[in-house]
Amino acid sequence: MKARRKPKLAVWKFASCDGCQLTLLDCEDELLAVADVVEIANFPEASREVARGPYDLSLVEGSITTPHDAERIRTIRKQSKFLVSIGACATAGGIQALRNFRNVREFLSIVYARPDYIDTLPHSTPIADHVFVDFELRGCPISKVQLVELISAFLGNRKPNISSHSVCVECKLRGNTCVMIANKVPCLGPVTHAGCDALCPSYNRGCFGCFGPKETPNTSSLSHQWSNGLSASDRDIVHAYRTFNAYAEAFKKEATTHEP
Amino acid sequence: MRNNSGGVIQRADIGQLLSVLTEKGYITIGPTLRDNTIVYDEIESVQDLPIGWTDIQAPGSYRLIKRDDEALFAYNTAPQSWKRYLNPPRIRLWKAQRTEGGGFTVDPEDYAPSKYAFIGVRACELKAILIQDKVFLGGYKDPCYQSRREGAFIVAVNCTQANETCFCASMNSGPKAESDYDLALTEIIDEQRHEFVVECGSERGEEILKELQHRPVEAEDSQRVDERIQETISQMGRSMDTHRLQSLLASQPNHPRWEEVAERCLSCANCTMACPTCFCSTVEDVTDLTGDHAERWRQWDSCFTMDFTYISGGHVRSSVMSRYRQWMTHKLSTWHDQFGVSGCVGCGRCITWCPVGIDITEEVAAFQNSHSQKTTNSVEK
Ligand code: SF4
Ligand code: SF4
Ligand code: SF4
Repeated sequence: MKARRKPKLAVWKFASCDGCQLTLLDCEDELLAVADVVEIANFPEASREVARGPYDLSLVEGSITTPHDAERIRTIRKQSKFLVSIGACATAGGIQALRNFRNVREFLSIVYARPDYIDTLPHSTPIADHVFVDFELRGCPISKVQLVELISAFLGNRKPNISSHSVCVECKLRGNTCVMIANKVPCLGPVTHAGCDALCPSYNRGCFGCFGPKETPNTSSLSHQWSNGLSASDRDIVHAYRTFNAYAEAFKKEATTHEP
Repeated sequence: MRNNSGGVIQRADIGQLLSVLTEKGYITIGPTLRDNTIVYDEIESVQDLPIGWTDIQAPGSYRLIKRDDEALFAYNTAPQSWKRYLNPPRIRLWKAQRTEGGGFTVDPEDYAPSKYAFIGVRACELKAILIQDKVFLGGYKDPCYQSRREGAFIVAVNCTQANETCFCASMNSGPKAESDYDLALTEIIDEQRHEFVVECGSERGEEILKELQHRPVEAEDSQRVDERIQETISQMGRSMDTHRLQSLLASQPNHPRWEEVAERCLSCANCTMACPTCFCSTVEDVTDLTGDHAERWRQWDSCFTMDFTYISGGHVRSSVMSRYRQWMTHKLSTWHDQFGVSGCVGCGRCITWCPVGIDITEEVAAFQNSHSQKTTNSVEK
């Protein structure tokens, strides 16, 4: 059999905490296998060496917050055959998108001694707002299992087995008891994209919505239940939706409806 | 069919049932307390049962409270049914390995027969198992289900109380188990006694009963059982009018009620996962990083998910309205065409475990009412 050229993998960072990139380093058992089958061409968290593009698979972490980054993501797109955005920052703007609901100029004047040195965009936006994205891997941070599945699927030239249904499905598959029904704990599971294997409900907590909105999320019905059945206030509802995926369309809309 | 053989076991001796079954190599699964609910899990002794506890179920609500007696089985259905054990949420179907020279081998999964003893199967749940038998053993025999089902020893428990969400009586599936069990117990507890009236439903059941301390059944025992069952029927919080329901639902694909319920429905799929008769699954192929190893897995899926109806070109049921309509019409209408029975046994799980408390009996009543109104209107005209 003819030896195949190893596909080139590049990891890119924008406004983010590095947590998603670290998930790749965290794949201890699989990391050697990954290094065996792909050429890691750019991965600043692991090595300073940078191989030139083009790249077969680019994993992009972080959101776009500066004019410079808005330019940089275009260059990366041009050099990448497949581009996958990873994590809540890259897919929804991240926790830093909370600034999108206020005037960023005001923050600058409070936080920085010389705000005029700061060149920033008024909004923190997901990668897909700037360039075409082949696939989005959700989560804050992403799941290790899903990342390995994504790379395996890419190498096998198949669609990744990543479902867009609710966290509730994972919760039930695990055999959990529903915390919202048995313990009256507000849970975002019914409107949240699966992927964490129902981590929080498995520890008797409500889902925090780390993976962002599921397909067809019915946030208004869930809010109705939270306020009527679980005595959640509008403030509680706004807080629940305004976290890592605050700028994801469905969550943004729901929080805005309940704003005072 | 009613079985004549049986006996009465005292509370002090009921532990023998579990030890005898364990001695015979059964893994005993039964109700036990976990996460503020009574779930079905592995149990070792009577001490693992939820002694003196009961459940209060309502739409989108479940609560445990202490009873003022030490009853072992005075509550209703667990959050999830026995289908977890007969048709597990996730199973591997086969694995394949690349061989030297470019070929590959496929190893089908070997489903070693399991020996489960299910303790505390309610009448509605038993009916649901019979329905799943039609699905998994009716034509093609699913090897995984078969390996688990054929060895299973069923200890039914007749319900001596009903919840607000129960409606098995109107679905003709309870509260008393009539057949297809090995042993059926009715718990009798009052000032004078705490005992279990046992009916044998199979030879296996008779064999087990022989090994347990018991006395013969007297006429008063049977009378007490009947009284308890009547009381349970009178406690049923809900009912479903199934008269002409099959054709009624089939003829109403555009009824405005579907849109109304879709406004509330979260398409979260909890109802289908909790339902003891829902059986849908998806099949996924996975390859590893090297590409030398592949596996095929089967996992529970639901008509409430978007991916469920994905075909080349898009999703067949992208609206939540079409998903709820599919679920309810399948359960109560097309299920009859497919399997000759209703897909609902009235266990109430989909009502209790729906996060927004959507109630299938209320939905049915809305259809029945709008239909009868229409009929009255046309008569008046
Ligand atoms: S605990 Fe949350 S995720 Fe789990 S079933 Fe309940 S609502 Fe859904
Ligand atoms: S449809 Fe609901 S009430 Fe009927 S069997 Fe399923 S879970 Fe039970
Ligand atoms: S009926 Fe209830 S449990 Fe079922 S999908 Fe809709 S909201 Fe979820």
